[in-house]
Amino acid sequence: MMRMRSLPVNLLLGAALVAALTLAALLSLVWTPHPFAAIDVANRFQGPSAEHWLGTDQLGRDVVSQLMAGARTSVAIAFVAVVLGGSVGTALGLFASAAGDFVEDAVMRLADFSFAFPALLFAIMLAAVFGPSLANAVVAIAFINVPVFARVARAAANQVWTREFTLASRVAGRSGFSITVDHILPNVAAAVIVQATIEFAVAILAEAALSYLGLGVQPPAASWGRMLSEAQTLLYLAPQLAIYPGLCIVAAVLGFNLLGDGLRDVTDPRLSRRQ
Amino acid sequence: MLLFLAKRTTGLLATLLAVSVVVFLVMNVLPGDPVLVILGIDSTPDAQAVLREQLGLNAPLLDRYLIWIAGVARGDFGTSHSFGVPVAGLIAERLPLTLSLALSATLLTVVLALALGVFAASNHRKAGDWGVMTLSQLGIAVPAFWLSMLLVLLFAVRLRWLPPGGFPGWSDPAAAARALVLPTVALALVQAAVLARVTRSSMLEVLRLDFTRTALATGLSRSRVLWRHVLPNALVPVVTIVGMQFANVVTGTIVIENVFYLPGLGRLIFQAISNRDLLTVQALVLMFAAIVVTANFVVDILYVLIDPRLRGRLA
Repeated sequence: MMRMRSLPVNLLLGAALVAALTLAALLSLVWTPHPFAAIDVANRFQGPSAEHWLGTDQLGRDVVSQLMAGARTSVAIAFVAVVLGGSVGTALGLFASAAGDFVEDAVMRLADFSFAFPALLFAIMLAAVFGPSLANAVVAIAFINVPVFARVARAAANQVWTREFTLASRVAGRSGFSITVDHILPNVAAAVIVQATIEFAVAILAEAALSYLGLGVQPPAASWGRMLSEAQTLLYLAPQLAIYPGLCIVAAVLGFNLLGDGLRDVTDPRLSRRQ
Repeated sequence: MLLFLAKRTTGLLATLLAVSVVVFLVMNVLPGDPVLVILGIDSTPDAQAVLREQLGLNAPLLDRYLIWIAGVARGDFGTSHSFGVPVAGLIAERLPLTLSLALSATLLTVVLALALGVFAASNHRKAGDWGVMTLSQLGIAVPAFWLSMLLVLLFAVRLRWLPPGGFPGWSDPAAAARALVLPTVALALVQAAVLARVTRSSMLEVLRLDFTRTALATGLSRSRVLWRHVLPNALVPVVTIVGMQFANVVTGTIVIENVFYLPGLGRLIFQAISNRDLLTVQALVLMFAAIVVTANFVVDILYVLIDPRLRGRLA
């Protein structure tokens, strides 16, 4: 209990929101109040009731069930994109740091350069060539994560390389690769995990925007972004449909941001004191 | 200073060239056949051959790139196959709207963020600071397109003060400005949330320095010290973020123009995607990436203007 009280508030609040989101997403795999894609036109635009807690949409689909299925989409896409982009980026950053010299320079220039292509532009190019799809959205979001993680991993790794224990390993004749795996990686893990938490929030926002624009999840799969794009044409008729998915996005993004900030405060107290 | 400018300009040109290569490669080398994308897989081989010839796809890749980039350098982006007019004309028609939206949103972002950031820093650890930080944490989590919908609900559907979308054209400047109010606010509020945090923490750093104490000790008013002494010295990180945010705002216009049905470059890119108009998409992606790169270049120059100390170090 003492330990709990010493944890920062943002960490606890963030963890609670993320836990709620993850629970909803997992629960939707086995149970939703109604099948989320089940159309029931006779009961469309219903208000909240015991049967439909948040009412129904323009096709009579249950809003709560769709929100739960949308949570699953958000979490799944963000997870795959962050893990994919994060592993490639971290590997690149560690490689750059271990290689040093012009290799390091080249990798970092490449990372700088890729900032010219925000996720949306990249997704647009992919959609133009292949047609819009979920896979394109994942690739585009993963792509923007690569340079972010490369920078974080390299900066953290460069610090570890100056420490005595890595120097000792080097003197003992160990290769750059084995030092990286045994000593550098465990020491940069905290920084990478904190970044991953924050990038989760970015990925959820990106997925929502891409799906809203029709470049991400395709029907009948549920997505908060797509729910909002459908609700937009009904703003005069059923404004409530435009509220719930947006609140879910805000709660999810807020949760990951707070969790990331909180983790950073815990793992790197120097930063939190500067605030 | 001249050497610095020359170096940076060469860097900018090299980056722009690299951007054009990447855009061209993604659009032309990835294993998708533009002819099949445009005509569909049921099309006859004859029709495919004709279109392939029309699009110049039979030439070697390098030749096609050189022809394209030479045209781009002259301001000729080719002819849009879906609109049947030069792409450059389509861009010229829509660029003013997108740029006005991006610039006004950036301006509003800076004004809001400086005001909120300075207010929060001067009320450090008090209710005002806490309020601004909470608002900003929330603002960062709000997607701009959802904020747009909420603004439409309130100001167009409920209060009927502003139009919910569409654009009347520039001939009536007052109506045009009214149409841009909600899109500008939607783009700016989210960015201002980020920038206010940066302004606040940068101000707090400078507030701790000796010259601030000296200025206060000479009897200058607190607000004069804040705005005239602390803020100018806290601007370097703020300008960095504004540069990055301008890039966000520009790509944000792609989304916002679609929310408000504004006929700018962002809407054009979506019309081009749904028409399978690859040449137009290629030109627009290049335009957007070029704007992002150029914004970063301008920030690099601004640094030196804001902070003369950097001049010696960078040149």
